Order: sequence, then structure tokens, then C-alpha cells
Amino acid sequence: MAEVSQTSSLLGFVHRRRRGAELFLLVLALAVGMGAYAAVGLGVEGEIPADILGYGGWLAVLIVAAHVAVRLTAPYADPVLLPVVAALNGLGLAVIHRLDLAYEAADRAAGFAQKQLTWMTLGVALFVVTLVFLRDHRALQRVTYTLGLTAIVLLLLPMVPGLGTTINGARIWIRLGAFSFQPGEVAKVLLVVAFAGYLVLHRDALALAGRRLLFVDLPRGRDLGPILVMWLVSLAILVFQRDLGSSLLFFGLFLVMLYVSTERPGWLVVGAGLFIGGGLLAWQLFTHVQARVDIWLDPFDHYGEGTDDLAFQPVEAMFGMGWGGLIGRGFGDGSPDRVPFANSDFIVASIGEELGLTGVIAVILMYGIMVERALRAALVCRDGFGKLIATGLAGVLALQVFVVIGGVTRLIPLTGLTTPFLSYGGSSLVANWVIIALLLRISDQARRPAPSLAPEDDQPDSETTQVVKL
Amino acid sequence: MNKPIRTISIFCLLLFLALMINATYLQYYRAGALEQDPRNRRVLAASFSGDRGAILVGREAVAESVSSDDQYEFQRRYPQPFKYSHVTGWFSYFSQTGIEQSQNDVLSGDDSLLFVTRLVDLLSNSTPKGGSVQLTLDPAAQDAAFAGLEALPGEAEGSVVALEPSSGKILAMVSSPSYDPNLMASHDFGDVADTARRLGAAESEPLLNRGIQTTLPPGSTFKIVTAAAALESGNYADSDSLVPGGPTYQLPLTSGESGLVDNGGRACGTDRIPMIQAMEQSCNTSFAQLADELGPDAMHEQAEAFGWNSTYLEDLPLQAPSAYPEDMDAAQTALSGFGQSSVTSTPLQMAMVVSAVANGGIAMQPYVVDEVRSPELDVLDKTEENPLSRAVSASTAEELKEMLVSTVSNGTASPAAIPGIDVGGKTGTAESGRADIPPYAWFVSFAPADDPQVAVAVMIEKADIPRGEIAGGTVGGPIAKSVMEAVIQ
Repeated sequence: MAEVSQTSSLLGFVHRRRRGAELFLLVLALAVGMGAYAAVGLGVEGEIPADILGYGGWLAVLIVAAHVAVRLTAPYADPVLLPVVAALNGLGLAVIHRLDLAYEAADRAAGFAQKQLTWMTLGVALFVVTLVFLRDHRALQRVTYTLGLTAIVLLLLPMVPGLGTTINGARIWIRLGAFSFQPGEVAKVLLVVAFAGYLVLHRDALALAGRRLLFVDLPRGRDLGPILVMWLVSLAILVFQRDLGSSLLFFGLFLVMLYVSTERPGWLVVGAGLFIGGGLLAWQLFTHVQARVDIWLDPFDHYGEGTDDLAFQPVEAMFGMGWGGLIGRGFGDGSPDRVPFANSDFIVASIGEELGLTGVIAVILMYGIMVERALRAALVCRDGFGKLIATGLAGVLALQVFVVIGGVTRLIPLTGLTTPFLSYGGSSLVANWVIIALLLRISDQARRPAPSLAPEDDQPDSETTQVVKL
Repeated sequence: MNKPIRTISIFCLLLFLALMINATYLQYYRAGALEQDPRNRRVLAASFSGDRGAILVGREAVAESVSSDDQYEFQRRYPQPFKYSHVTGWFSYFSQTGIEQSQNDVLSGDDSLLFVTRLVDLLSNSTPKGGSVQLTLDPAAQDAAFAGLEALPGEAEGSVVALEPSSGKILAMVSSPSYDPNLMASHDFGDVADTARRLGAAESEPLLNRGIQTTLPPGSTFKIVTAAAALESGNYADSDSLVPGGPTYQLPLTSGESGLVDNGGRACGTDRIPMIQAMEQSCNTSFAQLADELGPDAMHEQAEAFGWNSTYLEDLPLQAPSAYPEDMDAAQTALSGFGQSSVTSTPLQMAMVVSAVANGGIAMQPYVVDEVRSPELDVLDKTEENPLSRAVSASTAEELKEMLVSTVSNGTASPAAIPGIDVGGKTGTAESGRADIPPYAWFVSFAPADDPQVAVAVMIEKADIPRGEIAGGTVGGPIAKSVMEAVIQ
């Protein structure tokens, strides 16, 4: 279908801007955010919060600011992405606020929603900045290696003594004064761009025919270099930072981009082999990986009195989601605060408990739409670099959502990752807003009408020297 | 590059499909199983804060839920603590006992009987309410029984159980010492844990429902069972038949003082006396010889016909079976004839004996839940009377009745006599078998003899009474009398 639209654009088909549709969808997204906030107030305290207008007004300002930026700087950008993101972010804020109320009632630390709103403001600001200053994503290709290096430095930062801190067993944080930050979230975006820049240059070399084994073209030995490097980096993250989720995310991301750039399924086979090998190795060598797998297989053996209670979090999350059932308990009528980290890694369990299966499926579908729109941008995009970035960002979103929701619902072993746009966490939220800005930039480029070939028509003399642009 | 991007799209589609299928599995198909898990605190908390139905005695609620202004919407309240606590049990965040436990589904509103109510609540979006449970207890009888035990000197340990012989309804069930279930239902969980620890550690075991959980030697009250076995054997035609008597009796397989049974100086003849006299005078020598003569099998069989060695009370948890062991030797069997050695009984079991005698020989299954009602108090289910066993034939029951009435009018059970009404009764004073533990006082009775409305068993395990003055008749008789009067009037 995308191929059709691409050819049809050559035949005179022009994508419409659809900014009006975006605005309409944004109004709906605002309704989701404010409605959820009002429902939390009604459900928990029995009245609509007094600051609903102030809160809703601030959300509206952010949404309008993002919309205006898109209208002015990326008029052809995809109209669905921004509203979906706004709706998810608004829902996330409401759920975090609901948990804040529960934490306040239990005299625990609260006030996360306020901070998250601040982070969202920063995220939207960076979103606007990205759109305004990055008028053509291809400019990023010039700084491929700078970005790649920055990403690796960022990934290594938490290991610097005095700077990095270990929170909940994973050393993925850096602390500057009162301010803690997860550099891996930013590195994620930079890595996608760096991979895209590297792969778009070297794809031909990597795509060279190698040995054929069992109907699959395997790459040449000497081309295995980059994938091995990435494999080792992922293992290093797993070993030194104890971060299963990020490790899996980076490696999977690289694999997807390698496959897309070379069009060679052989890379997937090699990558999957390396992944399974690395996974087995990690399982053999590291007790914390073994513990995760044990908890995944038999969570109920690790729950309750008389056990080590290691599965308290996942089992409570399952109880909560089961308790929510089809339509949920409603805001204020569940106890999502029983689950540790209910507002970050386990926010989907909170949604499952109070908004039910309906809410969870809606959230998953919204992520599905985001990934689908990102991949659509990749298909329509005219340059390989843009295609790779869009695919990579779509891959990051899809993998992250799969790993975290799959972990919470016990489809796969639990690994710590944030749920994009929903979870409490500044680094993640800001980075994800930048991801959306990049996707919108690429989709704007892709959907913009092709440059007119008219000037060439005026100079029939130069016909012999004309370069055909496609 | 579009072909691999499409492949990736399909791959992503599969990932998201897997997530949705798994979420559906977890939240829809597994939800029920997860709620069944006893460790699921959400289910507990929900039932804890729910509008639980009331437990009713007569027209009054002895357990009810009232609105609460803390984090739980409702607070369980017991307006008459101590008196009803062993029947209602308590409803705490951590556990339930008694009716609160056995009728939990009804009270919480989860029972299938309340399906329509639940549906209406769901559709009208009102807070679901639990159903109510109407108990068989007679408030007057319960008052009398509670007051009787309260009036004993010191902190008495004992129990009173009263039954309606014709139906098996439990009219009174009191255990002393008691406790305040309001403390256990508190929303201050620290206090609840302290109370539970304190009550659990108390030497007088206030949490124990002595009516159904304490088994002690029934002493002379068991002579009713021995007499029943003798009449049922066919060797003795009626209450006037002559049975062995005499002032003393040397137990089989024994010699000397320790194996010698006497009658405490009561008139039990020198050789053979009528069975009715043996009952009136509570002759140990007669019933020991009868039991020895009948043999362990006949005695065992008769005891089981009355309900020994089994549990049959379905409405309350933790009923202890009364014991009549098989294959006792001759000395033990003879001792069991007057309720000593290895034979033990709960107060409920002894009430079952007199109740069966009063009911023409048929033991009715005892029950305490009379009706299950909707939150609007419409009756949804009424317990049907259910015969448990035929304990003795109708003619044997008639003879036993005659003897027990005579025991009250002419014999040792005179403290239970009510002017103008024929009362049947039997005393019992059972040796604990230990010098440091005083004897247990028993009293069983029924009234009126021509149309029995109530059968009572009183058991006093310990009270602040000098050892020599402990006797079933003087200690237990007045309590039984007041309970019977409360029912009849």
C-alpha cells in the first residue's frame, strides 16, 4: 500500500496535510487526559478536583504548543502520532496522580504527578526545539559518529564512581546533585540515529553474499564485526549494569536495523543465535538472571509467608489485573498501590486493575498505532537514512512495550523498563517526546509533495545532461 | 528496504497480538483462579470493607456492619459481645470464625442464592450488600444460659447448649469465659494482633467454644447411654427391671482399693435393684456392672447411635467429635458405664443424648442457621429439619424419659424441678483423674416431659467452688432450670 502511495505520488498523488484532523484528535486526547484526571478525583475523593481547569489548561497549552510547532515546521507530518502520544501521556499523568493520592493516604512519598507534568513540559519543549531546529533529518547523518560516541559515553556514565548510582539493583542512573537521570534513555535515541548513519553507508558491504546454509544466506565472517561489537555491548550492559531490559532492547534494535538495511534475513538468524547464546550464558553465569527466570516460571512459589517473597511484585500485579477483570474496578476502587513501583515499571498493572482489560487493550492498541504510523513513515520515506531511523524508532517502541508489558503480564521474564509515555520517569518521557519529534520530521519529509521537476522543462537544451531524480 | 520493513511490521503486529492475548488470558480467563488464591489480599480487603449482612437472633442483629469513616467503608459491630461471640465468631481482616466463617459467602453477598441481588446492585450501580443470616438461637434462653454461667463464682469455665428436641435447632450456646469480637474486628490491625495474641495465650482459653470443642468425661450423665444400651439389648424390659446394684463393686481385672467403685453413700441396695432406682440414685455400681455385662461392642454401638465418634454440626467450624473408643478392656468398659475412663463428650453431644430421648429416640441433626435472607430480609433459604439417626427405639425412649423424670422428682436431679411441669434430668460429676484439677460438673435435662420443647446440657469445667461442693446437681441444675424456663415461658 505504501508502495502504491509512493508510486502514486510520482503520478501526481499528493499527501494532504491533515492538520485539522490532528487538531480534532488532539481535542479528544485532551478529553482523555482531563477526563481521566476528573475520574481519579471522583473515584478517590468523591469530587472533581478543584484544580481541574488549571491542570487541563496546562495540558491544553502543551498540546496546542506541540500542535502549532507541527503546523509551522512539519505541515505534512503524520496527523495521528501526536494525538496518540498526548492521550497516553495524559492517561499516564492521571494514573500517577491516582497513585499519589494512595501514597499520601498511606503517608508515603508522593507528588510524582507534579514532577511528571514538569517533565512532560520539558519533553514538549524539546519536541518543539527538535522540530524547529532540525528542519531536515538528513542533517543528522553528518554527525553519525559523534552521536554514536556520545551514546556509548552516556551508557558508560553510570559506571563512573561517584556519578552513577545503583537503584533497585540496576546501575543505570547518574546523579547530579538532587537530580537523577537515566542516560540509557537518551542513548537509545542517539544509538538509533548512529546505527542508521552507519548502516546506510555500509549496507552494501554488509549485504554482500556470503555462505548459503540451509536456504539462508549467512553473512561473511568479516562482516560480523559490528554485530559482534553490539552483542558485546549488550552483554556488558547486562553484566555490569544488571539491566536485562536495556540489554535486550539495544541488541534487538540493532538486529532489526541491520536486517532492514541489508535486506538479509541471514542477519536475523545470526542475531537470534547470538541472543539465545548470550541469554543462556547469562542464565548460567549470573544468579540474578536465574532468579528472574525462576520467578517467571513459578511466581507463586516465591510469594507469601514462608517463601523468599521475591515474586511479591509480579504476583501482586497479577492479582491486581485479575481483580480488575474485564472493565476494571474504576479509579479509586482498586489497590494498585500494593504493587511496588506501580507508577513506573508496573503502571500497566495499575491500569489493568482500575480500568480493566478494556483499558489495557486500549493502551496496547495505542502503542500499536504509534508503531504502525512510524513504520508507515519509514515505508513512505524517500531516503534510506530516514527509513532506517523511522524503523529503528518504531522498533524501539515496539520492543520496549513488548518487554515491559510482557514482563508485567508474565508473558516473558520480568525486566525493568519504563512504559513509554505512561510511566513516571523524566529521562524516559523526555527521550520519547524527542523520538516522536524525529518521527514527525521524517514523516513530514516523506509525505511532502515531491520537488517539482518543472525547472528542467524550461531548459530543453540541457536535456542530455539531465540527472533523473527519483 | 521496504520488504524488510513490511516483515518487521508483521513481526510487531505479532508482538502486540501476543500482548493482547496474554492480557486477555490473565484478566479474563485466569481472573477467577487468582481471586481464589487465599493470599490475595485484594479479595480480603474488599470483603473486609464491604457492607456485610447481619447475623440475626430473634429480631435483633448480633453482628452488623455500620458505616465507617476510615479507609474501609464499613465496620463490623457486635452489639452484644461476650454473649454471642462463640456463635457469631469474629470477622477480622486476617481471619474469620464461627458463623462469620461458615456463612461467609452469604454475609459477603457472594453466595449463589444472592445472584439476583448482586445483579440488581450491578445494574443500579449501588454498593453491593451481603445477605443476612437468621440464627435458631432463642434470645431468652441465651440470656439465661449466659447469666447462669456469669453468676458462678470466679471466672468460671463452662458451657451451656440447649436444643429443640423435635427439630435439632440450637436454642442456646454459651461458652465461658468469652471475649469481645469487636476488638478482633477493629480496623486498627496492630490492636487486633495484640488482642489475638493475648486471647490466644490466655490460660482460660476464652477463644474456645467449649460447647462444641471441649471434650471431657461426661460422668454420670452418660448413664443415660448405658441404660439405653441395656434396654435396647432386650435383657431388660423396662425401667422396673432389676439390675445389679450394691454398695461397692470391684472392677474386672483389678484388685484392691483403686479398682473399687462405690456410690458415695447413696441408696443402691445390696444386690439387685430396679433400673429406675439406679438412675434416681445415680448408682455407679449398677451402671458399671451393666456396661461390663453388655460388653464393649454394645456400648460402643449405642454411643455411636447417639453421635459419638462423629461430627454432625455443619453450621459452625471446628466441632470436636466426642470419643467412645473401640475395644476397651473390661475394666475400662465398666468405668465407661458411668462416663469415666476414655469416654469423653462435648456439651453439645450430651444435649444430643437428652434431646434424642425426649424426641422419641430420634436424634435430629443440630443446626444454628435457620434462614438465609436477602439484604431486604426476604427469606431465600430455610434450613430443613433432618433426622441424624435413630438412637433408641420409641419404647426405650419412653422408659428412659420416665426414669429421668423420676430422677428429677425423686432423685439426685431435683435442682432442675419446675413447679407444675414434668422435667427429666440427670446430674454428673466426673473425676478429672488428676488431683490438681477439680471434678467436672455436668447436668442434662429436658422439659416438659409430655411435649419436650427444650433439651439442655450444662458443663462446668472449672469454677471457684471448693472441691467437695462440686456436684452436677447443685452447680449445673439451676442453670439448666433457668434455660428451660426461658424457653417454655
